[in-house]
Amino acid sequence: MSRPVLIAGLGLLTLLLAGLSLMAGRVWVPFDAWAEMTDPRWAIIFELRVPRTLLGVLVGAALGASGAALQGYTRNPLADPGVLGVSSMAALGGVISLYFGLVTDSPWVLPTLAIGGAGAGVLLLLLLAGSTSGIVTFVLAGVVLQTVATAGTALALNLAPTPWAVNEIVNWLMGSLADRSVEEVRLAAPFILVGLALLMTTARGLDALTLGETGAASLGVDLKALRLVLVAAVALMVGASVAVTGVIGFVGLLVPHLVRPLVGGRPGALLLPSALAGATLVLAADIVVRLTPSAAEVKLGVAMAALGGPFFLLLLARLRRRIA
Amino acid sequence: MALVAEGLGVTLGGRVVLSELSARLEPGAVTCIVGPNGAGKSTLMACLAGLRRPDAGRALLDETPILAMPARARALRLGFLPQTPEVAWAVEARTLVGLGRIPHGRGDAGSEAGRGAVARAMAATGVADLARRTVDTLSGGERGRVLIARALAGEPEWLLADEPLTGLDIGHQIDACELFGRLAREAGKGVVLTLHDLAMALRVADRVLVLAEGRVIADGPATEALSPAVIRQAYGVETRLGAGAFGPTLELVGRHGG
Repeated sequence: MSRPVLIAGLGLLTLLLAGLSLMAGRVWVPFDAWAEMTDPRWAIIFELRVPRTLLGVLVGAALGASGAALQGYTRNPLADPGVLGVSSMAALGGVISLYFGLVTDSPWVLPTLAIGGAGAGVLLLLLLAGSTSGIVTFVLAGVVLQTVATAGTALALNLAPTPWAVNEIVNWLMGSLADRSVEEVRLAAPFILVGLALLMTTARGLDALTLGETGAASLGVDLKALRLVLVAAVALMVGASVAVTGVIGFVGLLVPHLVRPLVGGRPGALLLPSALAGATLVLAADIVVRLTPSAAEVKLGVAMAALGGPFFLLLLARLRRRIA
Repeated sequence: MALVAEGLGVTLGGRVVLSELSARLEPGAVTCIVGPNGAGKSTLMACLAGLRRPDAGRALLDETPILAMPARARALRLGFLPQTPEVAWAVEARTLVGLGRIPHGRGDAGSEAGRGAVARAMAATGVADLARRTVDTLSGGERGRVLIARALAGEPEWLLADEPLTGLDIGHQIDACELFGRLAREAGKGVVLTLHDLAMALRVADRVLVLAEGRVIADGPATEALSPAVIRQAYGVETRLGAGAFGPTLELVGRHGG
């Protein structure tokens, strides 16, 4: 399949799912309800479904592209912001702002701290793993990061002043797109779009890294600049995503694997298709979550983990020979 | 046009790897760098390719310090083939060779010039028929030739190849050496190779630099630089140079004093 066809196909799929996402839910809203402002369902569409759908597209694209870029940079097929603790570091930033009640000062505090946490996370990850592409070192670095972030979050829960604070933090940590408003879209969209644009500039550098760091350097790639742009882009995208939806894992792991065979393995060619495929995956999962008949809505983060866990296991089994 | 090492010195973890090494390499010739393990061959190559900052001295291309050149301009002029080339993803051979065109900029991939250079490089190393195979399905020798094509595809003025013959069978070793010879003598490029096989160096090199403990201990035409006395000093091995029917030969006698 040629790359333009793939991109067009994924773009179309994203649009279709976005349309479905506007209609689907506890209340089915067909398109003919759109024109009538007097229709009571009009509010459902514009105040609930539109923000939820936009966030699904943005967050899915951010997570999918981040996973593809991290895998390309580290030449490691198990890299993913969720699995390697980057999302947890962003969440820790968010938890800190919730814990100290900084959120009431300005709506930008939480995203800023989450982006800071994600940035520290990616930077630590790349520093801990060093210049090797060894899978073991990399996963261990991720475990360290995940542990630190989880411990910090646990401490905040432990010391939380009231049960309501605990409830607020726990609820936010389990990623979800439910009950989001235009406000959240406004908070996350600029960061995610800037991050995505930054990430697209790394495509050729990521391609060159197919030949390892020495190979890439000999092709004139400035590795320090590449790393800096990558860290900034992933921090912006993952931090902003986590800030408005909480932790949704495995998107960045699943998506590049599904897309890679279709683009012929070149990491730079993987970025845009992974963003689109990430958007379709998150939209599809969110629609399923909404339509699931349960008393309380299943959180999207939980559903993705249920899907991603077995996939991770499958991947590990396939890679076992390479790791040993 | 000359590639010059000017008093290069590199110390790694307290060990002197290169010491006041100076050499002037001219294009239009194949220069082989030989020497025992740890003599500093790869470090010298990395310095000449602008990939390592020496602790002392500098490397120059046309009187310009290589490290002062913009990375892309440097990459356009100096092609480098690392000793153990990593290939991280299972890309098609033609995609891998195409990576060599990265210094030529964004518009190159779809252009006539870019496609032509990739096709010529693959034809030159005899891997045109492997174009659509993914690299994980290639044998070691096929992979080695695809990687040489990758280095050629950028059409640099200088080709610096660190152990390019590793993994190739003798037939393909000879093909590769003849290709390096043509690049130097017909296309006028500068070719610098590090080799372990002294007989192959004798066959391909216009000039040989023998390194030992970070210094050049012999420099000259192959038959002079690879004299028994030099090889004894560098490797501790007794050899005999002979005159074969198809050129000079190098016979291994045994370990020195053994």
